[in-house]
Amino acid sequence: MRAFARLLDSLAFTPSRNTKLTLVRDYLRETTDPERGWALAALTGVLTFDAAKPAFIRKAVEARVDPALFAMSYDFVGDLAETVALIWPSKPGANREPELPEVIDALRSASRNEVQRLLEGWLDALDPDGRWALLKLLTGALRVGVSARLAKLALADLGHVEVAEIEEVWHSQRPPYEDLFAWLEKRSDKPSPDAPARFRPVMLAQAIDEATDFAKYDAADYAAEWKWDGIRVQAASERGEKRLYSRTGDDIGHAFPDVMAALNFEGVIDGELLVMTGGRVDTFGDLQQRLNRKNPEAKTIAKFPAGIRAYDLLMDGKEDLRGLPFAQRRKRLEAFIAQLKSSRIDLSPLQPFESWEQLAHLRAQPPDGDPQIAEGLMLKRWDSIYEAGRPKGPWFKWKRDPHLIDAVLMYAQRGHGKRSSFYSDYTFGVWREDANGDRSLTPVGKAYFGFTDEELKQIDKFVRDNTIERFGPVRSVRADREFGLVLEVAFEGLQRSTRHKSGVAMRFPRINRIRWDKPSREADELQTLERMLD
Amino acid sequence: MKYEDLLCPSPAGLYCKPGDFYIDPVRAVERAVVTHGHSDHARSGHAKVLATRETLAIMGERYGENFAGAMQPLGYHEKAEINGVTVSLAPAGHVLGSAQAVVKWKGMTMVVSGDFKRRRDPTCALFEPVGCDVFITEATFGLPVFRHPPDTDEIAKLLKSVAQFPERAHLVGAYALGKAQRVICLLREAGYDKTIYVHGALERLNALYEAHGVKLGPLAPATAGKKADFAGAIIVAPPSATQDRWSRRFPDPVVCFASGWMRVRARARQGGVELPLILSDHADWDELTMTAAEIAPDELWITHGEEDALLRWASLNGQKARALSLVGYDEDEGEN
Repeated sequence: MRAFARLLDSLAFTPSRNTKLTLVRDYLRETTDPERGWALAALTGVLTFDAAKPAFIRKAVEARVDPALFAMSYDFVGDLAETVALIWPSKPGANREPELPEVIDALRSASRNEVQRLLEGWLDALDPDGRWALLKLLTGALRVGVSARLAKLALADLGHVEVAEIEEVWHSQRPPYEDLFAWLEKRSDKPSPDAPARFRPVMLAQAIDEATDFAKYDAADYAAEWKWDGIRVQAASERGEKRLYSRTGDDIGHAFPDVMAALNFEGVIDGELLVMTGGRVDTFGDLQQRLNRKNPEAKTIAKFPAGIRAYDLLMDGKEDLRGLPFAQRRKRLEAFIAQLKSSRIDLSPLQPFESWEQLAHLRAQPPDGDPQIAEGLMLKRWDSIYEAGRPKGPWFKWKRDPHLIDAVLMYAQRGHGKRSSFYSDYTFGVWREDANGDRSLTPVGKAYFGFTDEELKQIDKFVRDNTIERFGPVRSVRADREFGLVLEVAFEGLQRSTRHKSGVAMRFPRINRIRWDKPSREADELQTLERMLD
Repeated sequence: MKYEDLLCPSPAGLYCKPGDFYIDPVRAVERAVVTHGHSDHARSGHAKVLATRETLAIMGERYGENFAGAMQPLGYHEKAEINGVTVSLAPAGHVLGSAQAVVKWKGMTMVVSGDFKRRRDPTCALFEPVGCDVFITEATFGLPVFRHPPDTDEIAKLLKSVAQFPERAHLVGAYALGKAQRVICLLREAGYDKTIYVHGALERLNALYEAHGVKLGPLAPATAGKKADFAGAIIVAPPSATQDRWSRRFPDPVVCFASGWMRVRARARQGGVELPLILSDHADWDELTMTAAEIAPDELWITHGEEDALLRWASLNGQKARALSLVGYDEDEGEN
């Protein structure tokens, strides 16, 4: 438990993904079976418990600590699990410190009453970090920023194999993953990936380089279709097992019972998860209402019904199509979808074209209907097999040009890790006219990338030289009609938002250019943004 | 006779009326007894200062040699008479030269703890409990959530991270007086014998500690050398420097902070700390309560921090206690 607690602690304080990767990899290397496997399962959310409710934990601690002292401490610390972990009077020697596998074993088999009794004994024996880890595990709130993807990268690093190999076998493995570790440590052969409805590593597209790629490639070799603005999913239904995966292999089926219910086929579909009403696609903003919700309410599902727009077929029954060229897979997909007759699963249509010029025109002026809210175009070579990873050449994405506005820098916040001495997160605003005709800035977004290291230094200096007020790690900088730094901000889309004062929220904003030359008064008005809505 | 006839809070600090002196006064006074060299306890400009030799040396280093009109050094356990009041100093275990002020008058003994801790510290003498009628205790970490872990565990955490991330520098924020030298000593005790790089603000105090027999091992200024030279290195700097532009000279630094406040996660996160090191020169909750129980004074007066929780503890344990800020105000309102 001690090593696991130490790992959680380090992960919680580390902003950098690479550092997290090293921490997880080293932990897996230094820890033995079965503890490391259970830890991996807990970190990736494969295991979740809600064996102990906060109210019970609070009752247990108040039986041991004076309630007034507890209240003062809770008030200071602000987090219940942390307060309990710190204040719990330890009884070293009274009990043996529990090991992670026995904790998990007990949680999986014991009744709630038994768990509560065990919990008190465990808390007695552990140190504060151990107690914190245990309470976070029990209440299902690890939140240390480790995705399944990151765990798989750490495993790949551990065993010196490609991450696609891990993804291939991941879904046939169960905690504590002893076979997986045995393979990665060269003690046994690669485990069989043959589990029904397992995840197949996905094929990704390169961004097209307009300057060079069109000259290099022949338009006749490629199919084009719209790039839908949802999330990439893989829907697998084999021998009675049904799964819905994100593109990194996370199982997201629990959030989409409506889609799961529509997986009435034998095969594996690659497609885009979208909110769809009456065969029409809704915006990404609508889809967001459905994302990251473990157990969505029936009302939300009815209001934002989800579906899949299919663009590839990986398995047709028992037949693996991934070695076939796209042209053949596409024919099989069309037949497959037609046969389904599902209102939740439809086909992403191909967009015929003769030349790159014609396609460029189409991209700039998409036809009415769903293409209007597409992110751009996808290009797929007719002869391309389905290959895991991001090979250069067979698939390209050709996004629409981003929207651009000129905004004024209002607040800057210090970054993390490498950037902890730099003001690198920028809140920017545009002009809004009030009833008296006065103009003031209203914040419309926040961006922390898009600039070079050299530009970061320059903006950092500007922030330090023009600070008006400081609030912890945040500084407000001078920004008025006479003076301010104009930032050209690029973004993908705009939605109405009730959470933002300005009433709009940007998608994927980043700093496109720094307009040292532009007077602040000439930055854009909120009206310009409002016109971009819809 | 009441205890507050001997020591009572006043705007300039804790005042001894019969002896006409102040203990750790916050403004310049005629006569001061100073418990230790931290700037919230040791100010310049007093006419006369009584303190340990080490504390006087620290004040001289910080404020220049003429920081007071006259200096009276007093060793631990030596006695001085000030206007009929006997003053002696007992080790407080906080930083080099830190002392508790023991004040005796007409059969009464009162002890002012100053800042103190109970655990062993290679850079200063161990705290010695002194029996007394009134113990005036600090309460910086006076909440039961503050239980400092063993310092060897925290140093092991730092060394493990150094081994795990050899391409990065480890930048340890530590207060210039006491904590910085303690961190360096603890690293040496853990077997770390490489050069430790230090911020310029620490150099003079490091030299002072060395001159008082505290061995710090090989040190070098953190200013010379290329960025890549600091990969795998440990650098000790004042906390403010770790987030400053100064830190950019190091390769992808892991920002560490050695402080008792690091026990609370939110504190570490707010400070942008990646590796919190829970190392404190103040007593934690267990040390505070253990000390009060061990000394078992007639009255416990509480100052500097979280008075309420310690007052609550005292009432649960049958110990008479008061918040120092209220002494002289709560019972004799007519006299103010």
